[in-house]
Amino acid sequence: MANARIKNVLHYLRNIVKTNPEKTAFSDGAVSYCFAEVFDKANRIGSFLAGHGIYKKPVVVFMRKSPDEVNAFFGVISGGCFYVPIDEEMPKDRIQLILNNVRSPLVICDEHTLPVAMGFDIPKDSVMLYGEITKTEPDTMALDEIYERSLDIDPIYIVFTSGSTGIPKGVAACHRSVIDYIEELSETLSFNENTVFGNQTPLYFDACLKELYPTLKFGATTYLIPKTLFSQPVALLEYLNKHKINTVCWVVSALTMISAFGTFEVLKPEYLHTVAFGSEVFPIKQFRIWKNVLPNASFTNLYGPTEGTGMCCYYHVNRDFEDNEPIPIGRPFNNCEILLLTEDGKLAENGCEGEICIRGTAVTLGYYNDFERTSKAFVQNPLNTAYPEIIYKTGDMGKLNSRGELVFVSRRDYQIKHMGHRIELGEIEVSANMIDAVKMAACIYDKAKGKIVLFYVGDCDEKTLTIALKERLPRYMIPNRILRLEEMPLTANGKLNRVKLAESYK
Amino acid sequence: MEKLLAILNELHSDVDFENEQNLIDDGILDSMDIISLITEISDEYDVTITAKDIIPANFNSAEALYELIKRLEDEE
Repeated sequence: MANARIKNVLHYLRNIVKTNPEKTAFSDGAVSYCFAEVFDKANRIGSFLAGHGIYKKPVVVFMRKSPDEVNAFFGVISGGCFYVPIDEEMPKDRIQLILNNVRSPLVICDEHTLPVAMGFDIPKDSVMLYGEITKTEPDTMALDEIYERSLDIDPIYIVFTSGSTGIPKGVAACHRSVIDYIEELSETLSFNENTVFGNQTPLYFDACLKELYPTLKFGATTYLIPKTLFSQPVALLEYLNKHKINTVCWVVSALTMISAFGTFEVLKPEYLHTVAFGSEVFPIKQFRIWKNVLPNASFTNLYGPTEGTGMCCYYHVNRDFEDNEPIPIGRPFNNCEILLLTEDGKLAENGCEGEICIRGTAVTLGYYNDFERTSKAFVQNPLNTAYPEIIYKTGDMGKLNSRGELVFVSRRDYQIKHMGHRIELGEIEVSANMIDAVKMAACIYDKAKGKIVLFYVGDCDEKTLTIALKERLPRYMIPNRILRLEEMPLTANGKLNRVKLAESYK
Repeated sequence: MEKLLAILNELHSDVDFENEQNLIDDGILDSMDIISLITEISDEYDVTITAKDIIPANFNSAEALYELIKRLEDEE
């Protein structure tokens, strides 16, 4: 494999700072840092950790989305630790659950988040300002030693995803997984030193790996696009053109926001030549509008769960599709294999459905501080009875189409993809059931309209329930419709009748 | 106006849409909300909201949004 000798993602940063120190690395349009500045800040944070004996520990980064937050990530890695990004957008209850799980010796904040952080049930002396930490003088010798001693199986981050029990799961990923992902993704999407990324996804998900690490690898530039621009399509395109952004890896809803309302009749992206999308189905009608405006651009559908380190499959969209035909998720990256397994652990017959299971270094380390849930999804490859070999069971059902391309079919459980976010409907139900006035709650997803619908039986009105849910759930998990029922429809053996619920909604 | 308020309330039942003046600037409505809002409005009213209309000034309050719909209806 091409870059087997790189064992630490900091290799990219240490390398680029020698060849291209003055080039802009990360910017949000207001604050910008060149590679030398990123390296300096990261070294200061790493030296702070080293000086305080914080090593091989999770370090929470609780900052507003900014180039400084990116510096903090690399700083945590420089100190031989792994970063745990949390964000103001997360509800406080959820943040507390995450803090309870990771028990981090240090929470790095900025001026905005510090007062919020002080409100959590954590040791107050573990909360520190980024601006204070970065005053630490760099200790190059200590950092070099940490770098030399690091192994590629050491974790670099933990990101949290929805869990059906109401407790979020922290997916931990190591250097090896991220390096292999970045190398293969870069090759597939032809990133290079002239790439200018326009980042859309939040920094507290694995989705931002696509921009952060290739930026270091090639000496490219990433613009962290302000979130409010995604509600103003014309201003968004103006921003892309102003900063000469040529590469975007966005969720489908962000692309649709532009194409669906005739933005291209006002202006067109002038520099954009690489468009990647994922996490949900791209409506063919919208795709055609994009393809029409950018006939020479490459369009790539990406697929992968957080547990498979970002994305693990790709499909270059190079033919037209029927209106109701899904764009395939294609094929796995080099050095990654997708097994389609039947329920009894055998390979699905050609063209038949099977559960999408991932094999290779893309498989992450597991759920942090949670061996029980890890062992359910990260399992021994049933096709191998000779030695230990862990595969990740995605819970997604897939099949090969007549061209041999992998196609996503459905979920095995109640996990959904809603506006690019991965959501367990069970977590919404658990959160609703935790509210005293609610006797019973059940959630369905109206796929056609893209709406989460919550039914409940209880003594509070819809508005009270919404407010209570907002304290527990991230915004994107708040049901779009909340409907109060006299009683829940049940099946003959007393289970919740979801089919009847779905029918009653229509 | 009542029809519009009904659409808005269905979107976020806990927001005081009659008085709120900074729906966009304060991040009460995000891009997902805008997409579904525009879809609902074009179903309910006979208007087409296009990209140049999707600016904070038109979406910051229910009133502003209603003005936009009326303006577009007159243009049709």
